[in-house]
Amino acid sequence: MMNPSGNAMSVSLTGCHACGLVCRLEHGHHGVCPRCGTELHFRKPRSIERSTALVIAAFIFYLPANLLPITHTAALGKVQSDTIMSGVIYFISHGDWPLALVIFIASVAVPLLKLLILSYLLWTVKHRSRSRPLDRTKLYRITEAVGRWSMVDVFVVTVLVALVQLGFLANIEAGPGALYFSMVVIITMFAAMAFDPRLIWDPVEENHEREN
Amino acid sequence: MLNRVPVVPPDSCARCARCGHVLFRNPANCVEKTLALSFSALILWIVANVFPFLSFGLPGNLIETNLVSGVVSLYEQGQSILAFVVLVTSIVAPALQIAGLLYVLAPLNRGRRLPGAREVMRWLGHLRPWSMMEVFMLGILVSMVKLGGMADVVPGVALWAFCCLIVVLSWALSTLEPHVIWEQLDDATDAGAAP
Repeated sequence: MMNPSGNAMSVSLTGCHACGLVCRLEHGHHGVCPRCGTELHFRKPRSIERSTALVIAAFIFYLPANLLPITHTAALGKVQSDTIMSGVIYFISHGDWPLALVIFIASVAVPLLKLLILSYLLWTVKHRSRSRPLDRTKLYRITEAVGRWSMVDVFVVTVLVALVQLGFLANIEAGPGALYFSMVVIITMFAAMAFDPRLIWDPVEENHEREN
Repeated sequence: MLNRVPVVPPDSCARCARCGHVLFRNPANCVEKTLALSFSALILWIVANVFPFLSFGLPGNLIETNLVSGVVSLYEQGQSILAFVVLVTSIVAPALQIAGLLYVLAPLNRGRRLPGAREVMRWLGHLRPWSMMEVFMLGILVSMVKLGGMADVVPGVALWAFCCLIVVLSWALSTLEPHVIWEQLDDATDAGAAP
């Protein structure tokens, strides 16, 4: 099932990003996939730089996303501003532990963990680490799969804004935090897409080749 | 990692020898099943967007919303970027997915290929992470609980259609195996060309 070195790049082959067709590509040459027309690369171009830049941008947006209010609730003349954390605290104070946990995990923990995991992966790849490549690949797959669930709070704001328009009785408006929050989610998704998990395995293989 | 994949028997899969990720599946009747599911998804999408979604309020002051009204209210409050994000992730991306699936699969089922089918197929792969209906559903549930204390929240026809749409579309995408489609696209004749 495996070729002797295991690496497609070493035998001038690469898989198309879009359709998966295995294509021949000479080193230092440009090529396009004969089947679907996508440009071919051995590794995603400037993967580490692009991914790092996006991770930094997401970290910057993470602060206003959590500190600024995501909703302004006006009820009977009183205006109350809620951040993501105060929404979690609201559910805890009403004894709604499961929902508090869902919101906390989706909105606070997952974006932060995702950014930390991507930073860790980028750092190890940049320093050509050879430790536990399989676990690092799995970490990457998890961050890729789980990231979109962070959007849940943005959708909660959308539904609240649409429904609660009772004039003086109660009115909800979206706050600036919601925008920053959606930006965090989108930018981290792009950062995960820019990262090329094959880079995790490149130092491992160089080691094998040196041993042989 | 370069893997040599043997011919995969129907309804089984091949995994990467190194990281264990699924490389290749060969679901039985891939094209027909996905096509049928895409058609039902199209009908459900229309129902979910036309009929009332949720009703909320006190007797005499009832607000009915559609799927798009959240987007409209966000836009009216000056949050146009946020409105755009929600519009794309909850309405436009699923619609494009359904349209793309039908465009590729309906002719392919009869061994034909429409112009641009390959580009459409390529975009279907890029579109997938941006279609967030199931996340939207979780958001709806959370806000229903949140508002339950203030007044009654009544789910409308569209909400049920939306639930079914989530199941049907993700089912369609899970029976869709890109490798099989790409290979069949290679074998298909261009529509309009003499058979």
